[in-house]
Amino acid sequence: MTSRISSIAFNTFREAVRDRVLYNLIAFAVLMSGAAVLVGQISIGIERLVVINLGLSAVSVFGIVIAIFIGIGLVSKEIDKRTLYTMLSRPVRRWEFLLGKFFGLAGTLTVNTLLMAVGVFGALLYVSKHFQSSDAWLLVALYFIVLQLLIITALALLFSSFSSSLMSAVFAFSLYIIGTFASDLRGFAAMTPGLAGWLATGIAYLVPNFSALNVINLVAHEQRVSGQLIAFNSIYAFLYAGMALCGAVLIFDRRNLK
Amino acid sequence: MKAIEILGLEKTYNVGFWRKRLKRALHPLHLQIEEGEIFGFLGPNGAGKTTTLKLLMGLISPTAGTARILQRPLDDPAMKAEIGFLPEQPYFYDYLTARELLEYYGQLSGVAAKERSRKVPEMLDRVGLRASADVQLRKYSKGMLQRVGLAQAILHDPKVVFLDEPMSGLDPMGRREVRDLMEQLKHEGKTVFFSTHILSDAEALCDRVAIIHLGELRKVGAVAELTAGVQGRIELIWLGNQTPGALTTLGVEYHVSKDTVRAILPESAQEAALDALRREHIRLISLTPVRVSLEDYFVEQVKPAQANAKGTA
Repeated sequence: MTSRISSIAFNTFREAVRDRVLYNLIAFAVLMSGAAVLVGQISIGIERLVVINLGLSAVSVFGIVIAIFIGIGLVSKEIDKRTLYTMLSRPVRRWEFLLGKFFGLAGTLTVNTLLMAVGVFGALLYVSKHFQSSDAWLLVALYFIVLQLLIITALALLFSSFSSSLMSAVFAFSLYIIGTFASDLRGFAAMTPGLAGWLATGIAYLVPNFSALNVINLVAHEQRVSGQLIAFNSIYAFLYAGMALCGAVLIFDRRNLK
Repeated sequence: MKAIEILGLEKTYNVGFWRKRLKRALHPLHLQIEEGEIFGFLGPNGAGKTTTLKLLMGLISPTAGTARILQRPLDDPAMKAEIGFLPEQPYFYDYLTARELLEYYGQLSGVAAKERSRKVPEMLDRVGLRASADVQLRKYSKGMLQRVGLAQAILHDPKVVFLDEPMSGLDPMGRREVRDLMEQLKHEGKTVFFSTHILSDAEALCDRVAIIHLGELRKVGAVAELTAGVQGRIELIWLGNQTPGALTTLGVEYHVSKDTVRAILPESAQEAALDALRREHIRLISLTPVRVSLEDYFVEQVKPAQANAKGTA
């Protein structure tokens, strides 16, 4: 079972590499080097703040775009091109296929994030000439970005298990946008009375809470991230992604292939 | 032992967007295929052949009925390790080379690494792709992809091989090679279940065939058994270009060339036809019985149903 999942995951990673997905790193490298040179010239005293904010935000945006646009095609592309036929006629269960695909894309996104992190630290070193102890919190912010990417990948897989690529992209992107305002939504729900309040609370807790996973501003201001938040976010992200994957498996298991 | 047992497998789809209506793609199908047989599943396009194969491969779920392959249910992974499948017009991961694809599918089928390193080159040799083994599949022709498809279907030494239109897209040499390969599989004791609408292939290869049309099974049996029931025909060739009027009423098909006439007629009309020729003093060159082909039988089975379907449409 694990060997089949790892084979599918490795092949998904290989597909992303051969389809030149990691070429986004070139755009990221250009962005970071340009930002480092420019920031050094125009901002006095806040170079670090600008580079960290810009760098981590770019890591997040690049990752989200890749997660959505590859994630939505993980299943639908295999169905449309009928590559799934020869796969599922082997001793591969549908849930193994989905998990393999998920881990493959999650691996691609993690490698991509790590390589971009090298760029962020490089730009930081260029503008401030040395590292300081608070820079270690950048690793936590990067970890949280990876957690966001896991949730988005699982959601993209869930949507692509029952809808077209276009609709899956719309759903996943909308949910990402709503999720970034999850804290505001929860605040609004707390203030709203009656049935509307209940409804708002339900929606607020149903959408992924990406605002809790965004600590970019915090680490840019050299503030520490509590161990409790790290533990809570880890459990939350794994549970959320796990539930989305379970939903995808339940739907995909019953799906007739064209 | 039965290699495949299909017990009332049936598939109905809901079609239409607003006003849903039912479309029956496969009427309850009952079929048994013995181990070691080459079994041809014949039917025109849209007959239900691919639907049946998709049901057997677990790609779609049946509306009713069930099936067993090698005595095991369709969702049993242990059974799937012992079957091979070539879909119609196969498409594979085009960023992989043929060698990488076979390696990958070998892993998924549970072939051990050591065995894969021996089997993959052997399979590439067997389907004639050794020279292009390290070329990405996006650069392959349709015929080459079909060969890769065959290689992946038999790589893991399956006991039962399902092939959906295996000859489609192949040139005459390629078709001959596939036929040879299927015969080799039979010699190795494997069961081959293949769908086709190329009847000459089925006639040359199959121990038994089933004819399916409009989702319904029409006949099952050995080719000789099925064709034996069809009324025989004879071929008459005579000199000149006369076509006696008396023969027209006997259901004759004429092929008139420069100095001979070739006529095909039912065997039962032989004596009447010879009398008519004698009366006209026509010089007969030959009288030959025409072998009833699977195609004749197939047309006889399918044509009335097709006419009915057109009539009710």
